[in-house]
Amino acid sequence: MQFALARGFHFLEVLQLLVSGISQGCVYGLIALGFVLIYKATEMVNFAQGDLMMLGAFFAYSYINIFELPFYLAFPATILTMAIIGALTERLLLRPMIGEPHFSVLMLTIGLGFILRAVAGAIWGNEPRSLSTPYAGGVIDLNGLIIGYENMVIILGTAALCLLLYLFFRFTRLGLAMQAASQNQLAAFYVGIPVKRVYSMVWAISASISAVAGILVAPVSLIDPLMGFVGIKAFAAAIVGGFGSLPGAIVGGLIIGIVEQFAGLYLPPGFSDVSAYVILLAMLLIRPQGIFASMQRKKV
Amino acid sequence: MRFIKKTHYNQDIQLFKHQGQLFWYGALGVALLLSPLVLSDFYLGELSLVFIYAIAGIGLMLLTGYTGLVSLGHAAFLAIGAYTHAYLLAQGWPFPVSILCATLLSSLVGAIIGIPALRMTGIYLAVATLAFAIIVEQVLSHWVSVTGGFRGMAVELPSIGSFSLDDSVTFYFLCLFILTGCLFLALNLLRTSTGRAMTAIRDSEISAQSMGIHLAYTKTLAFGISAGFTGLAGSLLAHKIGYLAPDSFTLLISIQLLLMVVVGGLGSLHGVIYGALFIGLLPQGLALLRDTLPPALAQIPGLEPGIFGLILVLVLIYEPQGIYGRWLKIRSYFEEFPLYRKATHKRQRSYLRTERLK
Repeated sequence: MQFALARGFHFLEVLQLLVSGISQGCVYGLIALGFVLIYKATEMVNFAQGDLMMLGAFFAYSYINIFELPFYLAFPATILTMAIIGALTERLLLRPMIGEPHFSVLMLTIGLGFILRAVAGAIWGNEPRSLSTPYAGGVIDLNGLIIGYENMVIILGTAALCLLLYLFFRFTRLGLAMQAASQNQLAAFYVGIPVKRVYSMVWAISASISAVAGILVAPVSLIDPLMGFVGIKAFAAAIVGGFGSLPGAIVGGLIIGIVEQFAGLYLPPGFSDVSAYVILLAMLLIRPQGIFASMQRKKV
Repeated sequence: MRFIKKTHYNQDIQLFKHQGQLFWYGALGVALLLSPLVLSDFYLGELSLVFIYAIAGIGLMLLTGYTGLVSLGHAAFLAIGAYTHAYLLAQGWPFPVSILCATLLSSLVGAIIGIPALRMTGIYLAVATLAFAIIVEQVLSHWVSVTGGFRGMAVELPSIGSFSLDDSVTFYFLCLFILTGCLFLALNLLRTSTGRAMTAIRDSEISAQSMGIHLAYTKTLAFGISAGFTGLAGSLLAHKIGYLAPDSFTLLISIQLLLMVVVGGLGSLHGVIYGALFIGLLPQGLALLRDTLPPALAQIPGLEPGIFGLILVLVLIYEPQGIYGRWLKIRSYFEEFPLYRKATHKRQRSYLRTERLK
């Protein structure tokens, strides 16, 4: 076992870890964004978010490696497919649950996750696959700091997506309608917002975000039906950041991604796997509302 | 319909509401006591497993069904109970003491986990318990000196003094005895002010608090009791599976436990038993299903969790009250025969208003 003191900190090593931590954190952040989006608009918690990402990665794999579409066509095709699947899921499974307790919805999405995993296993099989992308393999060498193109794309893609979402919520009518629907279903309905259609849209957007996450992460990790378990860590990220806050989701993801990388190198084995959950429990103890708090105590 | 004329306040808290109930439960008890004469060892083993699930289910039902706190990590308490019991037995502790210590330890851990849980509700709690379960799983696989790590550890055969409890008939009676004890304990708990306080918290925290219920105390207590029951089930499970390894206590087990209380029917102890029967017999049913399905479909890896998920989804959409709720509806249909109205059992929906600031 090697501990921090015995190794000493090397600046370049720390920087390298930071970069891979950020890239991993971006993936967590993207999935967390999907969680938060659904939660913000519908107050439902989607435990199957990670599995939606898995499905997105598999669709991208099918389009690129099986149907041999070029990447710039496969990318929007995957997003469109996932958007349709997201909207369908909402329509068929979640809509009957409007007005039911949170707990039921939570359980329902857990069940949905199991179903998606079984379906993916049935269609694509259980052996891991890798996605071929036009940018695979290349690296940038910055005076010894090595950044793979894949990691660059993850970081840049996340940043672009965040900007897009910010603009969407800030300036579009649909974005405002989503915020309204989440704050008070009934009132939003009364002022003429088609709450049900808004919900379908939210699920479609959230599924597309996880599809993007799936495409981004596929070149660095392999695609298999169990890759969706990353979703649990993303969940931790969402809570650390403050559930219901979009920037919080990304920040939480980055924190967890970076800590995980450092724990993997400087702490005994096993710590890296649990560090996300330790951070989560610590956060819930110290500041349960998360970094960017958006909760308040319920008033009568 | 049966209307009971109450002539005394104590009738409200009687265990058996009328003679009919006493008769039918008595008949069930006799049938269970006599079943070793009829059933083969295999079915006795399956029934013992159902009893063990039911004990764990009582724990989770008290927490989720009666206090309204969701735990996605009850496999952790199952694991703590199982490993503590196996470790203490290996140290030469007698069976009853060891099983008691295992129960108390998991109860204690549950109460400690419950403390941060006081400040959270709903999803936060579910995720916190999930995180806890994953941490426990990692500890089990890395704390080699106690748990044997990935190699696992063998569990000694159960015996009290020189009397062995190992063969399937005595183990069946052991499980039955403990389950009955647990059911009485839970029933009695639910009749006390603590149990009523738990139900009040489930229905509305704010009104419970305004009636003078100490939220923190009651929630911690509920967590501790729930973990205790589950730990007890874990120590019995240790004997049932005979060899402990970290992968016997995964997330899937926690979900199965939740599936059990949801499918059985939240908020009733009957539901626990139905749920346990369901979970215990489902693998057999799936094995039968695999034989009848075309091979291409039956060989899908992960078919079993997939079907679990499907059942969970269908139950939640079509019968959120679970098997017990459906039974109540069927019964009231026949009791009120020509006058039965569907709307009697209609659920109240509540529309969403957020507690968030922005």
